[in-house]
Amino acid sequence: MSSRLINEYLREDKLPHIWCPGCSHGITMRAIVKAIDNLNIEKNNICIVSGIGCSSRAPGYMDFNTLHTTHGRALAFATGIKMANPKLKVIVITGDGDCAAIGGNHLIHAARRNIDITTIVFNNNIYGMTGGQYSPTTPQGERGTTAPFGNIDKNFNLCNLVKAAGATYTGRSTAYHVNMITKLVEEGIKNKGFSFIETLSICPTYYGRKNKKGNVVDMMNYLKNNSINVKAAEKLSDEQLKDKIIVGELYKTQEPEYTEEYKKIIESFQKER
Amino acid sequence: MATSLKIKNEKKLIVKSEWCKGCGICAAFCPKNVLSIENEIVKIVDIDACIKCGQCEMRCPDYAIYLGGKDDE
Repeated sequence: MSSRLINEYLREDKLPHIWCPGCSHGITMRAIVKAIDNLNIEKNNICIVSGIGCSSRAPGYMDFNTLHTTHGRALAFATGIKMANPKLKVIVITGDGDCAAIGGNHLIHAARRNIDITTIVFNNNIYGMTGGQYSPTTPQGERGTTAPFGNIDKNFNLCNLVKAAGATYTGRSTAYHVNMITKLVEEGIKNKGFSFIETLSICPTYYGRKNKKGNVVDMMNYLKNNSINVKAAEKLSDEQLKDKIIVGELYKTQEPEYTEEYKKIIESFQKER
Repeated sequence: MATSLKIKNEKKLIVKSEWCKGCGICAAFCPKNVLSIENEIVKIVDIDACIKCGQCEMRCPDYAIYLGGKDDE
């Protein structure tokens, strides 16, 4: 037996999962499932879509309608699902490499359309599954197997990227702030439009080892000690916020939603007949 | 309030050791040092100190420890 949440919402016959010891993806997956439980949404009305990568293994363990797609294309498939059946709550689980590198174009266009999809990024700052290559969110100066002397690329601020592209809800949390993930995902699902939640994960096997970040608990404490809530961050200068992780609900607004606008076009032609 | 407290008290800390990968997150973040890692598996060392806060269940990436009812064993 396992806890009620796991028993009810996960495919127990597929557990234990394949993620490394100390990988925080399991924590985030449970937090998402808790958010769905809190909102009391019928399991059949949810579709979870993922691409390729460590994070994208998650829908395999989740007992909903699930779709495991090609690398970077999770949002493209999810857009199709939402257009075909707008009543479904579509949730995309993706990784930093999957959504920001290979699927970067799909990400900005899904945000631009403001289509009602909740995207949750498991950001572990590295390509874990393929062997520790640096990703678009690997911080500048940090190492990966493809950047043995340090990464010279400037990393993406994903929440700012999608906000600029037109998303109507953005939030950031970490694997330490588990209840905050649940809260943000709840708000993201409730928001009618493109919602983007970035959750910082820990990857002790590749990112931690390559960058000498210590053991699992050290990495978790780093997230705990270097995070600052967005409300507290407003009062601080850019200098004080250097190397800090700003967590919380970052942006929320209301814009016309894509599938509803599309429905209006269809209805206008039906009236003419 | 009284009923919710009662339900909380009836809950029991259960370890599903076949799922535990021994990462040590639960033991490190337990506020009352109830848990420890021995031979790469979590062990309950001081059950009397447990306040049933649920931190271990929330933070376990492998769903190997949880607060369950009497029927969950």
